[in-house]
Amino acid sequence: MAEINRDDVAHLARLAHIDMTDEELDRMAGELAVIVESIKTVSEVAGDDVPATSHPIPLSNVFREDVVGETLSNEEALLGAPDNADGRFKVPAILDGE
Amino acid sequence: MTDLIHLSADVLARKLAAQEVSAVEVTQAHLDRIGAVDGAIHAFLHVNTDEALLVAAEVDKARADGDALHPLAGVPIAVKDLIVTKGQPTTAGSRILEGWQSPYDATVVKKLRAARMPILGKTNLDEFAMGSSTEHSAFGPTRNPWDLDRIPGGSGGGSAAAVAAFEAPLALGTDTGGSIRQPGAVTGTVGVKPTYGGVSRYGAIAMASSLDQIGPVSRTVLDSALLHEVIGGHDPHDSTSLTDPVGALVEAARMGQVEGMRIGVIKELQGEGYQAGVLTRFHESLDLLRSAGAEIVEVSCPNFRYALEAYYLIMPSEASSNLAKYDGVRFGLRVVPDGAPTIERVMGATRAAGFGDEVKRRIILGTYALSAGYYDAYYGSAQKVRTLIQRDFAAAFERADVLISPTAPTTAFKLGEKLDDPLAMYLNDVATIPANMAGVPGLSLPGGLADEDGLPVGIQLLAPARQDARLYRVGAVLEALLEETWGGPLLAKAPAITESAGGK
Repeated sequence: MAEINRDDVAHLARLAHIDMTDEELDRMAGELAVIVESIKTVSEVAGDDVPATSHPIPLSNVFREDVVGETLSNEEALLGAPDNADGRFKVPAILDGE
Repeated sequence: MTDLIHLSADVLARKLAAQEVSAVEVTQAHLDRIGAVDGAIHAFLHVNTDEALLVAAEVDKARADGDALHPLAGVPIAVKDLIVTKGQPTTAGSRILEGWQSPYDATVVKKLRAARMPILGKTNLDEFAMGSSTEHSAFGPTRNPWDLDRIPGGSGGGSAAAVAAFEAPLALGTDTGGSIRQPGAVTGTVGVKPTYGGVSRYGAIAMASSLDQIGPVSRTVLDSALLHEVIGGHDPHDSTSLTDPVGALVEAARMGQVEGMRIGVIKELQGEGYQAGVLTRFHESLDLLRSAGAEIVEVSCPNFRYALEAYYLIMPSEASSNLAKYDGVRFGLRVVPDGAPTIERVMGATRAAGFGDEVKRRIILGTYALSAGYYDAYYGSAQKVRTLIQRDFAAAFERADVLISPTAPTTAFKLGEKLDDPLAMYLNDVATIPANMAGVPGLSLPGGLADEDGLPVGIQLLAPARQDARLYRVGAVLEALLEETWGGPLLAKAPAITESAGGK
């Protein structure tokens, strides 16, 4: 199984949308290398004949009646938002201005 | 009125029902205690004085009017700050949610309100419940009431310390890999992780959805059963909620019977890595159960040795996905870098400033485990190990009615001791993680003090899924036998905490 290096961590941090300083990347790469090393044998434990468990207690599909339940009002939904306008979440520009 | 804080929830409930004390007196006594000792303990992130006293006054009035009340009406409770509450902040121990208030109540909180239990406040935790020491809280660590230089366990160190320091008779916790049971062990208190799905997770801020479970924190086994019956049961708001009835947990705790029961000692959860004093107390508990008529058998769960590895793939994978919602758009912190940044740069800056180191580590690890090319080898393999652990439990429960082990390999360590060594920190959960992987219920109760350091040791009981009642039945017996040898509850041996006028 692959090792994890500083470039990997920088790439993963970009994917996860967390800005990291050079010092943070160095430290995180070192710590994660130790953790990954200690968990990598997991792929050697179970053979192809063992099914995966995604959920501890198996349940069949859970449905409810298609009727309006408890909902938040528009005001309540926006209460914790950093910014809002016209009853909507207001966000910074999605694309770089040309 | 300081005596009121030392009473169990069960005794308080009976005194309230008999009108020997008022709910306002009981609630005020606990608020006073919080004011006097929480400066030293730091169990609470928010104290809910006005609302708690208002609810208590309503209970007193309803009682005077002869209204029907829930048995725990007027018994105050603390709530882990991972569980959302209307009218109080919920931070999850993170800067990214500092100052945020939920527009809705968690189902368990609704149930507390329906029972009219005054909510004293919100308790400290490792950020997003990620940790075993409460040191990863963005708002500073909680201290262990047995020794203020030591950790109270984690992630629910605040709830356990609040109960151990007599700031609350009851608390709610959440347990993803041991966050209720391990703090219980190191603070000399009781904590229960119910069967997965037995208590609604609606309104518990998600860390790892297939592992997370809300449960009771208390000083006695019976008190946990009382609280478990309040919060348990089916909830249509949680699609993983079980439709089974809660079960007669209080009855099981009051009955407390082990004669003829087979109690399985898990071979793999002792020996190397376990502190000598922990093992001595553990073997004493086995002798006591044997003397009460239980049959002690040894069971082997060979795949438990891979549980920690599999957990540290499944948990970060699910956490990295669950924490994607903290993007500075709908709630919480937003950090805007200089210039005219795009939303992508705002997200990167917000998450960099809002998350602490441990949360970042787990998000990166989870993103790695889920990335293309690694998914089968990591997440897929870990899910197979999960199947093997379930099979180990199934085989063990053919030979035993309940299983037993130490809750944690050591007593409370010093604050700061393992902060720079994530792997050493993770090892604290080695005995508690298997239950979360399999969804089975677990209970930790005090087993005495380790000879070498005089600190509490935890005994863990595990039962098959949906058989939570067995934990209370066996736990109550062991608790009674141990208290007989100690001449009273273990917490009576804890050093007094200096009360100060300042506090909160």
